[in-house]
Amino acid sequence: MEPVSRVHSKTVVIASSNIDTDQIIPARFLTTTTKEGLGRQLFADWRYRADGSPDPEFALNRPQARGAKVLVAGRNFGCGSSREHAPWALLDFGFRAVISTEIADIFRGNSLKNGLLPIVVDESVSRWLLDNPGAEVDIDLESTRLTLPTGTSVNFPLEAFARHCLLNGVDELGYLRARLQDIERYEAARAW
Amino acid sequence: MSARTLFDKVWTAHEVVAETRDAPAVLYIDLHLIHEVTSPQAFSVLRGLGLPVRRADRTLATMDHSIPTSTDQVFGNVPIKVDAAAKQVRQLEQNAAEFGVELFGMRDARRGIVHVISPELGATQPGMTIVCGDSHTSTHGAFGALAFGIGTTEVGHVFATQALLQRKPKTFAVNVEGRLRPGVTAKDLILAVIGKIGVSGGTGHVFEYRGSAIRALSMDERMTVCNMSIEAGARAGMVAPDEVTFAYLKDKPRAPQGQDWETACARWRTFVTDPGAEFDAAVDIDAGLLEPMVTYGTNPGMVIPIGGSIPAAGDEVFDKALRYMGFHGGDAMLGKPVDVVFIGSCTNGRLADLQAAASILKGRKVAPGVRLLIVPGSQDIKRRAEAAGYADIFKAAGADWRESGCSMCLGMNGDTVGSGQYSVSTSNRNFEGRQGVGARTLLVSPFTAAASAVRGRISDPREML
Repeated sequence: MEPVSRVHSKTVVIASSNIDTDQIIPARFLTTTTKEGLGRQLFADWRYRADGSPDPEFALNRPQARGAKVLVAGRNFGCGSSREHAPWALLDFGFRAVISTEIADIFRGNSLKNGLLPIVVDESVSRWLLDNPGAEVDIDLESTRLTLPTGTSVNFPLEAFARHCLLNGVDELGYLRARLQDIERYEAARAW
Repeated sequence: MSARTLFDKVWTAHEVVAETRDAPAVLYIDLHLIHEVTSPQAFSVLRGLGLPVRRADRTLATMDHSIPTSTDQVFGNVPIKVDAAAKQVRQLEQNAAEFGVELFGMRDARRGIVHVISPELGATQPGMTIVCGDSHTSTHGAFGALAFGIGTTEVGHVFATQALLQRKPKTFAVNVEGRLRPGVTAKDLILAVIGKIGVSGGTGHVFEYRGSAIRALSMDERMTVCNMSIEAGARAGMVAPDEVTFAYLKDKPRAPQGQDWETACARWRTFVTDPGAEFDAAVDIDAGLLEPMVTYGTNPGMVIPIGGSIPAAGDEVFDKALRYMGFHGGDAMLGKPVDVVFIGSCTNGRLADLQAAASILKGRKVAPGVRLLIVPGSQDIKRRAEAAGYADIFKAAGADWRESGCSMCLGMNGDTVGSGQYSVSTSNRNFEGRQGVGARTLLVSPFTAAASAVRGRISDPREML
């Protein structure tokens, strides 16, 4: 994983709450056996009309969305299935961070392992972001601070180990494999 | 030592390295279940690093998500219609062979939905840690196991090390006292729990379902309850093992046998929450007050008793959900039209569920214009349902009786609901488009599904029992 220390970008807003992973990437696209190219199908059922043409009203299809790396969404983003295809699709599209008041557990874990930042903010910051699509925000991982263009700057929670892995590009598999001796000892010691 | 919860006991028994402020725990995994959809990229990682599956003996593979359910595609000479699904199936066959993982392939008599077959083999046991690249892994918590869904990167971690890096979640007691009334099922109970605490109420927590109503449930019913823990945001849900659990597991092919059985039971009996142990959160439910439940919106928390009316308009998101469903605030649910009825899935595809459906469908016909698809959770359940005469009842009623798989729960295999159609489904998610682009899903119990198929409208099953 590439180290991540800062994301500075305008935002795209999808205000719905409880955006589930079936919306982020519908199940019919999970028949892939690779991680690549899923950005084309990101939010497919909201993004494209029945004839396959892009819906110009949908946030991701507006010209202002081009190049945005930060997605702002309503409460409980990423609920539902464990499909890692959801963060893969968001990253492939170009997103590097998701901001919500609440982010579902499995999606959050999957995002961190792929370098997509799950940023949880309080109701008032979320409200401002939802009301100001396109705002230029700055996410600094070193200080775990999110800064709005108004100058408001808030801390976001990020578990110490996850932050360490993101900042240093640490691969968790490498970390786990370095503990194989402990794992072998555990297996040997267990009577059942 | 202070009083401990069931969760805490299972967690601690699997700590290879305990968590610290700076690092998560290294948690040992007893059983790793895999399927064709969330494993290919993890096998690719192993291949890239030149690593083996470290404990193939703790790994079990099956095919369920994208596999066809029509007999001619599974057992006949008709090729799998969905090309990409066929590729995924072949890929899992190759990966399993290359890495020495036991696979219940497409024509294997032991194949079925991953969360159905592991319990019926006796591979799922109390006190275990069980993971799978599927959020409904919570199902196995019904046995007092700590079981949760993981992403594909973590599937790779378990392949390579048989362990995971995990932060210890909080605990949440779901206390259900009293007795369910006739016609009210485990499915209605869990839908009521989700309705009460909301679709993110359990985030960061592991549920323990407790109380007299839970103790009175069969294993099939406990699995239905634990299965939908994730729909309330909880990665895992557990029920302490008891005599019901042991009776279910006794003589199952992969359960301990002979002398090992008694030793195992003695150990399993320790996996209970001590009196006085504290939970981080709790909710109380009176089972005797519950009614058959039905969802009206686009998440499982948008649920009401079947005789109720849809709440009046809420916020923008609520209104959008109702627009998608073609419903209005104030509408009664009873009598709403039905196009498709699906009975199956890891939530309600077990024998007790099929028995419940058969009890309603016996001597009755599916309403004209309604499609009833019944998909058993495993090939074993299919054979047992046929032996018990349920399959004949289904076919006589006009239902389409299939081979096992996830099928219309998520529509990956071509078993889908048409755009704008209403699907009354015993599955677990009523998300937009879950069962097909534009499909409108209403989650219910097998009783309510069967009753609604017969009447062609949303119906209270208690009138037909």
